[in-house]
Amino acid sequence: MSDILTIAEHRQGELRDVSLELLTAGAELAEETGGDLHVAVISGDVDAYAEELDREGVDAIHTVAYGEEFNHDVYTQAVTQLVDSIGASYVLGANSVNGLDYLPAVATRLDVPLVTDVVGLETAGETLTATREMYGGKVETTVDVEETPAVVTIRGAEWPVAEGEGSAAVEAFEAEIDEDAIGSSVNGFEEVAGGDVDISEADLLVSVGRGIDEEENLELIEELAAALDATMSSSRPIVDAGWLPANRQVGQSGKVVTPDVYIAIGISGAVQHVAGMKGSDTIVAINTDPNAPIMDIADYAIHDDLFDVVPALIEQFS
Amino acid sequence: MKVLVPVKEVVTVDDAFEIDGTAIDERYLSADLNEWDDYAIEEAVQLQEDGVVDEVVTVTIGDEDTEQTIRQALAKGADRAIRVWDDALEEVDLLDVGAKVAILESVVEAEEPDLVLTGVQSGDDSFGATGVALAEAVGTQWAAVVNQLDLDNGADVASVHRELEGGMEELTDVDLPAVLSIQTGINEPRYASLRGIRMAQRKELDHQTLADLGVETEAVAGDLELTSMYEPESESDTTVFDGSADDTAGQLAELLREKGVAQ
Repeated sequence: MSDILTIAEHRQGELRDVSLELLTAGAELAEETGGDLHVAVISGDVDAYAEELDREGVDAIHTVAYGEEFNHDVYTQAVTQLVDSIGASYVLGANSVNGLDYLPAVATRLDVPLVTDVVGLETAGETLTATREMYGGKVETTVDVEETPAVVTIRGAEWPVAEGEGSAAVEAFEAEIDEDAIGSSVNGFEEVAGGDVDISEADLLVSVGRGIDEEENLELIEELAAALDATMSSSRPIVDAGWLPANRQVGQSGKVVTPDVYIAIGISGAVQHVAGMKGSDTIVAINTDPNAPIMDIADYAIHDDLFDVVPALIEQFS
Repeated sequence: MKVLVPVKEVVTVDDAFEIDGTAIDERYLSADLNEWDDYAIEEAVQLQEDGVVDEVVTVTIGDEDTEQTIRQALAKGADRAIRVWDDALEEVDLLDVGAKVAILESVVEAEEPDLVLTGVQSGDDSFGATGVALAEAVGTQWAAVVNQLDLDNGADVASVHRELEGGMEELTDVDLPAVLSIQTGINEPRYASLRGIRMAQRKELDHQTLADLGVETEAVAGDLELTSMYEPESESDTTVFDGSADDTAGQLAELLREKGVAQ
C-alpha cells in the first residue's frame, strides 16, 4: 500500500487546470497501489482552493497557509515536510514552470528519484513505470523507478481533469517555514506586451516555424497571409530570433489560439507549441517530415517542401 | 565574479530512423550543442563583456567526441572548459538528474562560481531539472526558466524575469550565489567568429575523471532504468494531400474555400 501526494498549483487567485489533472493521475495510482490520495495546496486562499480540490477519489487535503503566491523556498520546505509527515510513496506535481522550480529541489533534499515530463504512469508491485518522450517527441520511452518515495512531474493536458464531488478531510498542515532559508522574493508579475494584433481572435491563422530558415523568407508567409486575408502567427523559435514580436507566438508561454483553420508551416510540433493550438477546429500541416509530431494532430497534411507548396498556394488565390 | 556554464552535447535524430533496443541506431544521429545552453553561454559572455563577470568556465559531461562542441562554446567566448568522463559513464544508459547533479556538484565545489547558468532543458532527454536540483545540492539559491537577467557589478542579488505560461512573467530577486536556468530568446546567441575559433584551439580544456572529482561510481548509476523505446503510435486520421506542389496546393485551396475561411 503506497500513499500518493499531489501538489496543487495556482496563480493569481486561480487554481490551474493541471491541479485537477493531477488528481486524476493520483487517483489512478492510488487505485493501483491500494493507498490513499492526499492533496496539498500551499499559499494563497488555501481554504477556497481546498473546496475546489475536493473531488471524487481524494482522501485528504492538506492546506499550508503561508504567503500569497508561489515561492519555491516555501514550497520546497512545505512539501518535504508533508512527504515525511504523510509517509507518501509518490509525489506528483505539475511539469510546469513553477513545478520545475521546486520539485527538483524537493527530490534532491529528500535524496529520492525524480522523473519529469511524464505522459503515462503505472505501478506493479514496488516498481513505478513512467512513460516519457525523448528527442522532441520523436520517440517514447519507459523508465522504471524501483525506489520510494519518488517525485514525478506530469505533463499538462495528458490526464483529464477530475470530476465528481468528494468528501475529503481538510486539514491545516503547520509547516515549519525557516524564513532565513528563503533566498528569493517574488516582486510581481508582468504580461508580455499585447501589441496591435490579437492572434487569439483570428479565424484563419497562417503560422510559421523553424522550417522557414531565414528571416527574409518570412516575406513568403506574409504574402500568403495577405492572399488568404489571414493573420500571421508563429512558433517559439521565430520569436526567439526576433523575426516576429512576442504577441504572435502560439504556445504554452505564448497565446492559446482556437481558429477555424490553423495552417502550420514548417512547424515540427513541439509539445509547448501544440499546447497552444490543438483547440483549432481544423489543423493543416505543411512539413517535409512525415514523422514530425505535428502530424499526430493534423487533420490535413502536405508532406512537401514549404518553399514549393506556399508559392503554389499563393498562386491559387491571386 | 565567476560563471560556470554546464554545456551539453545533444543528439539530434534524422527524420527517418530505426530504433535498436533502447537507443536509436547511430546511423541516424548527429551531435550538436544543446540549444538552451547556447543562450546560457551567450548570457555569460555578455555579462563578461559588460564587466560584471571576470571568468566564464564551461563544464561538460561527455566523451572525447564532445570536444568539438566544447570548442564551440570556447569560440563564443568562454575562457576555459572542463570535460568529465570515464569508463563508468560509458556504461550508463540514461544519465538521470541525480547522476548529473552528483558530477556537477563536485565541479561547483571545486570551482566555487558565483553564478551557474544552465539551459532550461536539453533537447534530447528533456528532464528540465538539472539546474534546480544542482542548486539544492550545493546549497545555493536558484531560479528556473529565466528570460531576463539584470545583474550589476558587485551585486549580491540577481533580478530575473521568469517566463510563466500564457504570456506572463514573474519578477523575482534571487540571492547570489545562484543557479539560473536560461530560456531561449533571452538574448541572441552569436556565431563563433573565425578569430574566436582560432583562439578556442589555444584555450584550456581540462579532462577530469570521476576519481579526479571524488565522485563515487555508484553515484552516477542513476535511479531510473530505461526499459523501452518506441515510435509513438499516431492516433490521428490525417488526410494527406498527395501529388506535386501545384496539386497539393490546389487541394488545400479547395479545403480553405469549403471551410469558408478564404475566397
